[in-house]
Amino acid sequence: MLLLCEIFITEYCSICMKKSYQRLEGNSTNDMKQVIHRKITSGFLLTGLIFLLTFSSNLFAQDGDPAEGKALFNTNCAACHNLDRKMTGPALRGVEARLSEDEGLDRDWISGWIRNSPSMIKSGDAYAVKIYTEYSNAPMTPMPQLSDEDISNILAYTAQEKAAPAGGTAVTTQAKAREEGGISNELILGALAILFMLLAIGLIVVNKTLRRFAIANNVDVAEEVRRRSLWKAFVKNQFLLLVTAIFFLLTSAYFMYGFVMQIGIDQGYQPVQPIHFSHKIHAGDNKIDCKYCHSSARVSKTSGIPSLNVCMNCHKSIFEYNGETTADYSKEFYDGEINKLYDAVGWDDEEQQYTGNTKPVKWVRVHNLPDFVYYNHSQHVMVGGIECQTCHGPIEEMEIVEQHSPLTMGWCINCHKTTNVKTKDNGYYTKIHEQLSKKYGVDQLTVAMQGGLECGKCHY
Amino acid sequence: MSSNKKYWKSVGELNEENSSDLETLRHKEFVQEVPVDEFLGDKDTLESSSTSRRDFLKYVGFSTAAASLAACEGPVRKSIPYVVQPDQIIPGVANYYATTIANGHDFASILVKTREGRPIKIDNNNLATTNGSANARVNASVLDLYDSLRVASPMKGEEESSWTEFDADTTQALNSLKNEGKEIVLLTQTFASPSTSRLISEFREKYGNVRHVVYDAISESAAIEAYQNKYGERGLANYDFSKAATIVSVGADFLGDWHGGGFDSAYAKGRIPQHGKMSRHIQFESNMSLTGANADKRIPLKPSEQKVVLAKLYGKITGSSVSGTLPANVAAAVDATASELLKAGSNAVVVTGIQDVKAQNIVLAINEALGSNAFDASTPIKTRQGDDKAVAQLVADMNAGTIGAIIMSGVNPMYTLPNAAEFEAGLGKVDLSIAFSMKVDETASLTNYIAAAPHYLESWGDVELKKGHYGLMQPTIRPLFDTRQFQDALLMWNENTATYHDYIKDTWNTSVLNGSTWSQALHDGIYVNTNVEAAAVEAEANDSANADARVLAGASSNGFELTLYSKTGMGDGQQANNPWLQEFPDPLTRASWDNYLTMSEADAKELGLFLEESSFFNEARHDATGGLNGKYANITVNGVTLKVPVMIQPGQAKGSVGLSFGYGKTLGMKIEMQTGVNAYPLYNDFDTVQEVTIEATTGKHEFACVQLHNTLMGRGDIIKETTLEVFNSEKASTWNSVPVVSLNHEETPVTSSDVDLWAEFDRSIGHHFNLSIDLNACTGCGSCVIACHAENNVPVVGKEEIRRSRDMHWLRIDRYYSSEDTFEHDNEKKDNIKGLASSLTGFAEMEDPSENPQVVFQPVMCQHCNHAPCETVCPVAATSHGRQGQNHMAYNRCVGTRYCANNCPYKVRRFNWFLYNGNDEFDFHMNDDLGRMVINPDVTVRSRGVMEKCSMCIQMTQKTILDAKRDGRVVKPNEFKTACSAACSSGAMVFGDINDKHSDITELKDDNRAYHLLESVGTKPNVVYQVKVRNTNEA
Repeated sequence: MLLLCEIFITEYCSICMKKSYQRLEGNSTNDMKQVIHRKITSGFLLTGLIFLLTFSSNLFAQDGDPAEGKALFNTNCAACHNLDRKMTGPALRGVEARLSEDEGLDRDWISGWIRNSPSMIKSGDAYAVKIYTEYSNAPMTPMPQLSDEDISNILAYTAQEKAAPAGGTAVTTQAKAREEGGISNELILGALAILFMLLAIGLIVVNKTLRRFAIANNVDVAEEVRRRSLWKAFVKNQFLLLVTAIFFLLTSAYFMYGFVMQIGIDQGYQPVQPIHFSHKIHAGDNKIDCKYCHSSARVSKTSGIPSLNVCMNCHKSIFEYNGETTADYSKEFYDGEINKLYDAVGWDDEEQQYTGNTKPVKWVRVHNLPDFVYYNHSQHVMVGGIECQTCHGPIEEMEIVEQHSPLTMGWCINCHKTTNVKTKDNGYYTKIHEQLSKKYGVDQLTVAMQGGLECGKCHY
Repeated sequence: MSSNKKYWKSVGELNEENSSDLETLRHKEFVQEVPVDEFLGDKDTLESSSTSRRDFLKYVGFSTAAASLAACEGPVRKSIPYVVQPDQIIPGVANYYATTIANGHDFASILVKTREGRPIKIDNNNLATTNGSANARVNASVLDLYDSLRVASPMKGEEESSWTEFDADTTQALNSLKNEGKEIVLLTQTFASPSTSRLISEFREKYGNVRHVVYDAISESAAIEAYQNKYGERGLANYDFSKAATIVSVGADFLGDWHGGGFDSAYAKGRIPQHGKMSRHIQFESNMSLTGANADKRIPLKPSEQKVVLAKLYGKITGSSVSGTLPANVAAAVDATASELLKAGSNAVVVTGIQDVKAQNIVLAINEALGSNAFDASTPIKTRQGDDKAVAQLVADMNAGTIGAIIMSGVNPMYTLPNAAEFEAGLGKVDLSIAFSMKVDETASLTNYIAAAPHYLESWGDVELKKGHYGLMQPTIRPLFDTRQFQDALLMWNENTATYHDYIKDTWNTSVLNGSTWSQALHDGIYVNTNVEAAAVEAEANDSANADARVLAGASSNGFELTLYSKTGMGDGQQANNPWLQEFPDPLTRASWDNYLTMSEADAKELGLFLEESSFFNEARHDATGGLNGKYANITVNGVTLKVPVMIQPGQAKGSVGLSFGYGKTLGMKIEMQTGVNAYPLYNDFDTVQEVTIEATTGKHEFACVQLHNTLMGRGDIIKETTLEVFNSEKASTWNSVPVVSLNHEETPVTSSDVDLWAEFDRSIGHHFNLSIDLNACTGCGSCVIACHAENNVPVVGKEEIRRSRDMHWLRIDRYYSSEDTFEHDNEKKDNIKGLASSLTGFAEMEDPSENPQVVFQPVMCQHCNHAPCETVCPVAATSHGRQGQNHMAYNRCVGTRYCANNCPYKVRRFNWFLYNGNDEFDFHMNDDLGRMVINPDVTVRSRGVMEKCSMCIQMTQKTILDAKRDGRVVKPNEFKTACSAACSSGAMVFGDINDKHSDITELKDDNRAYHLLESVGTKPNVVYQVKVRNTNEA
């Protein structure tokens, strides 16, 4: 009993904790939700400001507004530059200081480079040519539209110190908040438990006292009359026994049937994938359209597992995860998964180039239709206009994808019986819709009315 | 007395020696202790173990149960996407590429369907009208790509080698030969490739003493020479049979491989009666060929007599006198034919397949004299360029030791040369021999180097099919193995760093494309230079025809004459390891997995090679299972003797026999495919006609024949046919009458709803598919059979199973012979049978085909009956009807009772007696990963114990519908296709939606020639046949 209680309490606590997490998630800013992008480095938003206000130790950046600079940086520069990483162009943190210290180049040089780098290269400026050759002979796009103020703002932004420690604090505060939430819940629970215990003890004490009074006052506490036990009566009654036996047999047969019919229906199948790809982060938090990655669902029978080059469209610049994390899925964990992708596609993140060593990813299929069923995604997604979630469930909430629907024939048939065909604005259906709706006397035709229950439509 | 008897079990017991051992043996089985402990292991642990036998059984039971429960879990399936997905490839969507097959025997412009980068099917390229269309072999060629016995890398002798080693070795050898001044020979198939010709000339420039010999396994050398004599250009005369009203063929199987094939679609065009007219076709031949089977009038005669016939025809047409003797009936036929030809004038055409320059000269002269429209002198066919004399010279020179190197590509002379032994001896005297080959075949296994060659679907290439008509070959898959094509090797030897692709592009841009672009040509797969076509070719004056005719008229022979021919399914034999083609039943004999000596019944009886229908003690023609048997004969040609099974062939001219090429290959072949006998050793002097002596020998041969009943026995409603005269003059009800049944003592047509058991379902809404099969246009070529095979993953079952009538073809082409001279006479005879006695003899007689029967072909697949007998008897509703007219088959529902097959009047349902994929007992393409790459992913691969049948390619109709839905448009007229209708180039098969008034099928369904198979059964099929019309008008 005690053990059970314990289990119950821990379970309960963990549920509470989970709830508190969710609440926290709800409160966090929109920025916090997103994976850190090189354009929007959300961590810097908070920390950068703090640093600017408190220390502002940088001499060169005093004349610009880093907040403005950040906006400008994200619009104009972030496609090729990152503050701390070499991308198409060099890392830009402290660029002004570095140039002035190492090369003796002043802001005029920088402005000149920003506004028209090709002419500087052409004019034979030593450092300009050096940069040009170092970055595979690609001159920087000229930005003549940037004013002096813009440039100083951007430079002020680049002059900020690196914000990594602040990011750390953010995480720890988060964790702390979580802990606090947990403790308060535990406290309430503990208090409740103590209260119930006190009540129980009180009752026992009252009972004992009353009995003592009764004995003292010679009140006869009615003794329970010993009757023939129910169990023995039951055993003696042959008819009841038979009925019960039949009942139990039928019940077990019912459950047995239910169990057997489950075989081969892998609803809830949630295999471990070689790369932990979170649909929650991609489709949920970042609201990426399903068909961006599963593009063949538009034209093909398969929805298509995206090839790795599709991943790299974004992950070339998204090299780390900076959204919310949990105890199970930390930032390090997610970053590790992104690195698995780099490893598979053969991307050297340091050098920002493909090595050519590819290791195709062996995903585990989640939805396995038997071979004798023909299912076409484009038919349902494009012609039928069915949402992916109709069959695949709330995929945008799934950290690990699982099979949501039973994928049984009955399940298909039920949907075909109840779903109306999207006949509007489709030239194919114009004539047949008119004829069939007249025949059946309905406005809307279900898939079944169109012949969607015929064996040969799916089995060939 | 009896008590003295002593029973003993062994000599020891009798002698009572060693009695102690015997004593022990009486009580124990073994004299000594059996050392059980030794193999049971540690005795102590065994004894002290707590696991008793019962416990052990419990554990076994539990673990078995647990294992079987655990097995209910589905297997973990992996999906591996591309790392970088190519732009053109979307998984699940087919891509089509136009290319050209040019394997030396078959040349055709085709479309290749690829799925996920795998070619899975060959389709016709409808843009290309140049060279006919894909025949059965071309359709099956996609499976050759996935042949598990292909050479995977270059080989040096028997060792695996590398291309680096190959390059270094061969270049050095060639250079040293060049310095020595020894001759280098390129022995190749007909490439007909402008780029390859250019490459070879560059090779010649570089290495000096180079000879290029073109070798066709089955030669058309005589015809080429005749054409060259007359028109000054090496090529084959080109005919357009759609322009001919009267076609006379003397031994030319022009619906087969004659002149490289590809004439059938034009021929079929003229065979469909339009405006009361159709072509008239007269065939003189000895073997029963596909062409002869389609002829309106067929005259069987010996090959030597064919020459006389040709000479006489020439004489009659040109008015010169030609002597020569012919049997009376043939002479009369020649007279009639000549007058028909003269009457038709320029609308007539004469062709011949006699491999004799004189005969070919005469044919050209006849067509010139007629002014034949069908003969086109300006566009000679380029797909046969083999030169017999050059090949013979080469073998002689090799043996003389003057050849330094021989480089072969696309040829297998050790298999195809009659003097293969001489070739082998010569090969030993050549310093360097290289074979570009896909197999370690008879020739490649003898060479110094085997250069692993790619399949044509992995290669670049170009072909000049006819003069001015070009085709491009492009790869449709990356090379599966470490292969290199001949042309790339030439480039390497020429020290040209360009790829062959660039090289072709350069050739085309400079000398082929005339204003058109490379991209367009590559997209189309075909390019026609119209300027060349316009140029008229002047015939050189040639007076030798008269002399030739006189020589030919003197042809005669005493003994048997053997005509070697190429079978529809096997061609020259280079695709012999292709299970689809091995299982493909010959259109005429309907036998698969074999070649055989075709012989007339009379000759067979005379030679003792005839098996009686049933005989009590001796071997019978049929086994109890129905399997067809044959006797063996030893045939000797020029000292070479072969033991061949004998097949009785109705229509075979007496005194002549036939044997097909392409079988009897042994190297580079799976065991199952090593069938038949090799006929090439009899192919002396590249002449398909040889004098032969035949004698019966022992043994019984088992044929795998899919049709055991050869005649219709007067059942005129299975194949309705009429003559052109009746067709033109009488009402349709006389020659295409609907069967009637008695209703209240009144004759009512079976199509009437009054005599129908079933309520009719309204099919006027949506699509309703019908398939029309025109028996006039169908030549029986069988490309639909293979196309169906490829599209629907039909399994191959092997010779033994075919013999048990367990073939799986969804589409069969029934061939019927008439038992009297014509089918009409059959009907009359049947109608005249009255009484028991006459029916017993009469029907028995009607089972035998006539000596020279009429022949009809009838493709039969599931008829998709609207009132299907199969559907009503299925106990599990596994087969049901769709509203679009298709009879559906749900394999996963089928429990295999086979009631449906029994109740099907058309016998089109096929039962999976075994698991035909991944089963070592059926070691065909579906038994290895490579071969399974050809499987169509849109069609289920059936398992053991289920019924299957034609689905009317529902996967294709569904795809067409989906495409239209996705585009938001109605389905275009004639957009619906099935695999068979798409493969049919003759227009015999037309598929479509009869609710679409603009589709061709709507008209065909209501044509007055249209009828349903076994209409009297009342099944209301969705397949309609068009009455066969024969042009029997003797002009």
